[in-house]
Amino acid sequence: MPETFTTSSGAAANASLPPTRAVKLRINGVEKQLQLAPWTTLLDALREYLDLTGTKKGCDHGQCGACTVLVDGKRINSCLTLAVMKEGADITTIEGLGTEDNLSPLQQAFVDHDAFQCGYCTPGQICSAQGLLNEGKAKTAAEIRELMSGNLCRCGAYSNILSAVQEVLDNQKA
Amino acid sequence: MNSFTYTRAEAVEAAVREKSASDQVKFIAGGTNLLDLMKENIERPTRLIDINHLPLTQIEASPEGGLRLGALATNADTAWHPEVEKRYPLLSQAILAGASPQLRNMATNGGNLFQRTRCYYFYDLATPCNKREPGSGCSAIGGYNRILGILGTSESCIATHPSDMCVALAALAATVRVTGQNGERVVKFEDFHRLPGDTPQFDNTLQPDEIVTAIDLPAEDFSRNFSYLKLRDRTSYAFALVSVAAALQLDGNTIREGRLALGGVAHKPWRDQEAENMLRGQPATEDTFRRVAAKVVENARGYSHNTFKIELAKRAIVRALKQATEGQPVTEAFQNSNP
Repeated sequence: MPETFTTSSGAAANASLPPTRAVKLRINGVEKQLQLAPWTTLLDALREYLDLTGTKKGCDHGQCGACTVLVDGKRINSCLTLAVMKEGADITTIEGLGTEDNLSPLQQAFVDHDAFQCGYCTPGQICSAQGLLNEGKAKTAAEIRELMSGNLCRCGAYSNILSAVQEVLDNQKA
Repeated sequence: MNSFTYTRAEAVEAAVREKSASDQVKFIAGGTNLLDLMKENIERPTRLIDINHLPLTQIEASPEGGLRLGALATNADTAWHPEVEKRYPLLSQAILAGASPQLRNMATNGGNLFQRTRCYYFYDLATPCNKREPGSGCSAIGGYNRILGILGTSESCIATHPSDMCVALAALAATVRVTGQNGERVVKFEDFHRLPGDTPQFDNTLQPDEIVTAIDLPAEDFSRNFSYLKLRDRTSYAFALVSVAAALQLDGNTIREGRLALGGVAHKPWRDQEAENMLRGQPATEDTFRRVAAKVVENARGYSHNTFKIELAKRAIVRALKQATEGQPVTEAFQNSNP
């Protein structure tokens, strides 16, 4: 009888895996209790375990910025950190920045400036731009471009993304 | 990613003890390079020790009058730290020339030292690579090697060290504080990383049980005449083809002290102290800089696609030293924003 993959060998393989562990995350102000394998990235925890699918998986290697979220107010690539490493931190995703009825200033500016085409990079762009505002380092258009370089837009909506971020930055200064 | 167990270290001594148990145990701090390599199946640790809770995040005055950068301070917090901006702007510039804001918010100072090469063949599990699999051969030497090394290469490996921060640390003569089971020791920056020789699997000279706790910057003042010039295929978010950290102390037009280190050209940040000696006491002129640049690349060797880097490095050295002299240290990326 030919060898086949059997459920018993699968079970044996699973039995050798390190156990999952309880992980407590605070996301958009809400405490979440999860049971995760240690290798679960923050990105996968958000999308696969918490149904917070606004945060996007692009490259999964920290190159595209689609997975950008804010941790304690600072922008990071959620694909390059483990969920378990973020216990005790304050995590903000695109779902936590505004609501459909009450968009955040950046969300509204992205709409007003048509700062996207397909929209896949947009949550990462907006979270990254929020991080940029929190940092307070960018003053000029060139500095916004430089400090948004961790977010790629395959549709090439860069000029409108720049206008949107610039408008919110200028309004903050005013 | 392979399966692994995860633990959290609360004290340096405990972390060191736990790490020494097996060479399959890795520390994780920012994770930006390690998790990427784990996703690629290049790194396959059986255990990760999360060191983010160790008390190593401070940036504070060192007993020698310099600045001590905690190993767990992030690259972003370091680059924007008022004391670093004021006293070591070369370091700020180099850090900000690397990676993206998101990555700099995650990456730590200690972790930056442990970045592995970006050689394409190191990342390609289908090809031989002596660094990834000792003894398997080097695919880069006869392959597509445009981005790879021209100085200090070996028959086994022509990989380059990818860090920008480390190039500035080399030029500033930083030291690295390290703790192992036998206690603490201080490593000169030029002795921290190593050349590939016939053991390119080792990027640095640390023992398996050792952990970096801090990086010390000496008190010397290079805050006036400096430049970090990074040349790359696009002006942001790309690794250097060639980068130059140049720092001068000037008496009028005479160089009292000069520092020079290159990135993107070797297996380690390439500080050339003989070239620095040639700067000392000389006028800060293009003529001097050309002679020094020629010295730096004297023993450079080009491979099939990267020979252009030799001339590029020479010109970059001259330009960086000129920018340093003129007190115009602008990096490419911020050039447009400084009218």
